[in-house]
Amino acid sequence: MGQSTITVTDASFDADVIKSDKPVLVDYWAEWCGPCRMVAPILEEIAAEHADKLTIAKLNVDENPQAAAMAGVTSIPTLAVYQGGQVVKMIVGAKPKQSLLSDLSDFI
Amino acid sequence: MSEIRDVIIIGSGPAGFTAAVYTARANLSPLMFEGSVTAGGALMNTTEVENYPGFAEGIMGPALMEQMRQQAVRFGAEIVTDDVVSVDLTSDIKQVTVGSGATHQAKSVILAMGSGYRELGLDNEKRLSGRGVSWCATCDGFFFRGQHIAVIGGGDSAIEEATFLTKFADSVTVVHRRDELRASKIMAGRAAANDKISFAWNSEVADVLGDEKVSGLRLRDTQTGHERDIDVTGVFVAIGHDPRSELVTGQVDLDDEGYVLVEGRSTLTNLPGVFACGDLVDHTYRQAITAAGSGCAAALDAERHLAALEDALRPLADATA
Repeated sequence: MGQSTITVTDASFDADVIKSDKPVLVDYWAEWCGPCRMVAPILEEIAAEHADKLTIAKLNVDENPQAAAMAGVTSIPTLAVYQGGQVVKMIVGAKPKQSLLSDLSDFI
Repeated sequence: MSEIRDVIIIGSGPAGFTAAVYTARANLSPLMFEGSVTAGGALMNTTEVENYPGFAEGIMGPALMEQMRQQAVRFGAEIVTDDVVSVDLTSDIKQVTVGSGATHQAKSVILAMGSGYRELGLDNEKRLSGRGVSWCATCDGFFFRGQHIAVIGGGDSAIEEATFLTKFADSVTVVHRRDELRASKIMAGRAAANDKISFAWNSEVADVLGDEKVSGLRLRDTQTGHERDIDVTGVFVAIGHDPRSELVTGQVDLDDEGYVLVEGRSTLTNLPGVFACGDLVDHTYRQAITAAGSGCAAALDAERHLAALEDALRPLADATA
């Protein structure tokens, strides 16, 4: 994975996302998803620039079907912001950096 | 401010890349903006492209776009991955501002922004987007394994999506307003032969049902007005495309539906030095190959325009020599 984002799995989801004291943005992605690949570098930048306020975690839906199903993800990329163990915001589809920063303004 | 370029190309589908190849080979050093998340255009969301001439065995959409991109780069096109957020095309020197904040200037601009998915326009369609409502089968089909889903539409795209989705779904109901498909004979034939595909004819979507996610559709008979509900957990909207002309509204002349107007069979818009091609202009054909053809025309029109500008300046240059 990139330097500023972390990788989460079905196994680590509880510890890394649900129990995190900072908000966590989970990026649900897959290899075969073009728009997911396009948004990946944008997320790396945002993760690096706002590391103190927000953790960005990548979850591969092929390898981790449970987490994706639990979150009700039916379209990727889906970016779900978890705070206090709950999904507080869902962003569906690839968006340019400016758009994402605006969507995440409550958190960063 | 940066130097004044000869040509800026906005858009990176087959129209944009063909324009890039031709203008690059004409030594015009084109500057192209490919969107940060929309680079490659509509074909990035399709799997096999079987009808683009020159590929006897077919080619995957993203692979075709990668080839076009490499070809443009080979001849010297400068491609920047950023989104154009505003333009001023009304003066001789056109201004193009991008997401990063920079403004670029050029003597000519080629508009190739293409089109975007048309939505049904229902509130619940928007609300449930990403929770059972999708406009892209190849993107989201994966999540509908073993489910009963619906595809709205009657053209080639709808049938292609429906057929693709049978790889995942248990059943696909094609919902169409008329009693026969607009799709090509070969596509319609494949759909008819597919056991998993059934049809709801003369039907339009009155509403999308479901709280946290899609649970069904309310259909209305287009002839009798009678309504009925069907149980589906996925809805793929494939009813066509709308031109992405928001960037140039108020500057370039558009028709009633938002398509950019061009002179006859050229790519000339109402603004000198501004050329438009691809699905941004084309209501009628909207194929990758027709887009590519018009991208070439735009490049040639731009080249002629720039040569005429030079000729106009030459007497001045000669006089001062």
